[in-house]
Amino acid sequence: MRQLFSYILKQYFFFLFLLLEIFAVSLIVQNNYQGASFYNSTNKFTGSIFSTFDNINAYFHLKKANTELVEENAMLRNLVESSYIKGDSIRKTYSKDSLYQFIGAKVISNTINKRKNYLMLDKGSKHGIKKEMGVISPKGILGTVIEVSENYSTVMSVLHINNKVSARIKKNRHMGGMIWDGNNYRKGLLTDIPTHVNLVKGDTVITSGNSHVFPEGIEIGIVEEYLRKPGDKFNTAIIDYSVDYNNLFYAYIITNLKRDEIEQLDSLVNNEE
Amino acid sequence: MRNSLLINIIRFLILVPVQVLILNNINFSGYINPYLYVYFILLLPFEIPGWLLLFSAFAMGYGIDLFSHTPGLHTAATVLMAFSRPLVIRSVGSRKDYESGMQPNIRDMGIVWFLTYSVILIFIHHLAFFYLEVFRFSNFFDTAERAIFSTVFTLIFVIIAQYLFGGRSK
Repeated sequence: MRQLFSYILKQYFFFLFLLLEIFAVSLIVQNNYQGASFYNSTNKFTGSIFSTFDNINAYFHLKKANTELVEENAMLRNLVESSYIKGDSIRKTYSKDSLYQFIGAKVISNTINKRKNYLMLDKGSKHGIKKEMGVISPKGILGTVIEVSENYSTVMSVLHINNKVSARIKKNRHMGGMIWDGNNYRKGLLTDIPTHVNLVKGDTVITSGNSHVFPEGIEIGIVEEYLRKPGDKFNTAIIDYSVDYNNLFYAYIITNLKRDEIEQLDSLVNNEE
Repeated sequence: MRNSLLINIIRFLILVPVQVLILNNINFSGYINPYLYVYFILLLPFEIPGWLLLFSAFAMGYGIDLFSHTPGLHTAATVLMAFSRPLVIRSVGSRKDYESGMQPNIRDMGIVWFLTYSVILIFIHHLAFFYLEVFRFSNFFDTAERAIFSTVFTLIFVIIAQYLFGGRSK
């Protein structure tokens, strides 16, 4: 026993290294397979520092952020009641029983250069944010909330190699899965397109609405190139994202008001299988 | 010795915010990102005891991890880099002109020594970092390519830092 101790003492540099390395790798593994408990404990601390820095940084981008918000206001103005002829039947389907609610938030930290990118928003459980809510920007989708603290929330960005969004081609309503390969932050891949579907450059890709996270019809991007491989069951297309992920200021967190009901129904079906 | 301790603590306190608030937002061609914070490990004095070297690396890596949404990644890579440092110094070092009180920088050790020393250590760090980040060996060459390009950019930043702030004569 004594010899063992003296051996460890002599080789302490190696054993200390081993100990620290095991701790670090266990953090990584835990995070890869069990979700993100690390963020929950650190959100509170880092969130306040990032929001201070962002307050300073935001002044330099006020003009661009304003333009974006004005554009969106104009778009929304087109949708409000006064813009419709009275008695318009389309309008009624919107006002009754609305399914989605939007909570505005500010992006206080954001990365694009990793293969697993995250955003941090300045709204948290206090404001009604929960895990697995969708997040969009005025121009398109951003990601999904994965961790919430009291005042802040962490979002798994669309630019995350494990992220998959159910998407639809706008013109013919065919479905596909939107993924990111970890390389160029301006381009994603639309996978699982049936071979008989024809796509051309410039076709719009939107959210499918099947996941209950995003409403249907939020823009994702436009087709840049359609990759056909003879013999494959499914084709892939390169998509130009409509959002510049390097340039984010405001975001909307989406609450699905019927989420519990939908999940309950889903679990009933899954139990029967 | 006390002076050197103070300098290193200050260097630590400057490099963490510089890395997370400024450099993490820099991308060359989309995904190449300089990790200047390893400069702290490179410049620790030669005489530093092993346990302090490892703990400094651990503190640095963990500090960066806290702010970068990368639990454990920077910690693991930086500790590995610190672990290999004594070995790299032994194998690169031209032992004959080594005197006590010398620091591992361009001024004391010369540009050739410093470049070899930095390239090896930075590359170890980046290789570990990028492979742990994907956590798989598919896309092997893609990941290696990232490590190589990022090493070049980190090295450029390290050398700029050396010439900007390391120039004070004794």
